[in-house]
Amino acid sequence: MRAKLWKRAFISTLPVLAGYIVLGLGFGILLRVAGFGALWALAMSVFMFAGSMQYVGVSLLAGGASFLTVAVTTLMVQARHLFYGVSLIDRYRGAGAKKLYLMHALTDETYALVSHSHVPDFVDEHSYYFAVSLLNHLYWIAGCMLGSLAGAIIPFSSEGIEFSMTALFVTVFVEQWLSEKEHRPALIGVGGTLLCLLVFGSESFLIPAMLLILLALALARRPMERKEEKKNG
Amino acid sequence: MDKTTHAIIAIVIMAGVTFLLRSLPFLIFSKGKTPPFIEFLGKYLPFAIIGMLVVYCLKDVRPLAYPYGLPELIAVLIVALLHIWKRNTLLSIVSGTVSYMLLIQLVF
Repeated sequence: MRAKLWKRAFISTLPVLAGYIVLGLGFGILLRVAGFGALWALAMSVFMFAGSMQYVGVSLLAGGASFLTVAVTTLMVQARHLFYGVSLIDRYRGAGAKKLYLMHALTDETYALVSHSHVPDFVDEHSYYFAVSLLNHLYWIAGCMLGSLAGAIIPFSSEGIEFSMTALFVTVFVEQWLSEKEHRPALIGVGGTLLCLLVFGSESFLIPAMLLILLALALARRPMERKEEKKNG
Repeated sequence: MDKTTHAIIAIVIMAGVTFLLRSLPFLIFSKGKTPPFIEFLGKYLPFAIIGMLVVYCLKDVRPLAYPYGLPELIAVLIVALLHIWKRNTLLSIVSGTVSYMLLIQLVF
């Protein structure tokens, strides 16, 4: 049972393994260049466990940014995590003591895996989410440490391997598209974000995009619910 | 303040704010019944978020300058079409990633 659960979780997290090792490597190298060694990489990957924010964090640490700047920057870069919680309230309900860790380990990639996964019947739902979260976290820690300790001696060009993250999100997107008849939310997500990217530029489009998505979903709610009522009878 | 103290406090702030954002929705809606709009969001937001993340990953693509975003476009198409055809997540991701690496290292 337990072995089966971990095996299943391991297989579904393989794409994240590839992506996290590469992204972690990059982070570890950058952090070392900025003058912070392996212990710092360990602390950040364990306690923050955040891809893009750790990259931003390197420049905040190196530049000696004010604590207010650090707090506001983190708020801006990480605000999208509010969305993950909102849509996982029911999935994570009743997870007990595991919940504290599930919340801490809720990265983009963990979210993508748990939000659409069909948990096999033979396992406890929350144990499965926990296994996925912990494996991803371990991959990330390993990648960051590897970059910090051995970043300079990578023998082959891994340029482009970080595309595995994009590919993961694309497969989840396609999977969701094929399994759901209601396509408005997916279109709102892509369209709204693209629009904000064009208007606000790649540095500051995420928060406007989140607001636009919320607004568009609120507006589409009545028509969507009417359609569902019609379908149900 | 010396560099080490500054870095420790900065990491505590970054970790704290991140955890706050990740846990806040659970803390707010843990007691009692979830409001209908939040329940609606819980059901449909994931579709929108994944769409947002796809765009987020491709945000640095410059379609107006060489190579015009072609490696990303081709690789995304490979992933999507292969996934529609076979519905095998690992196969789609590995094929797309290897294609992308070959494209940017050897072709473009």
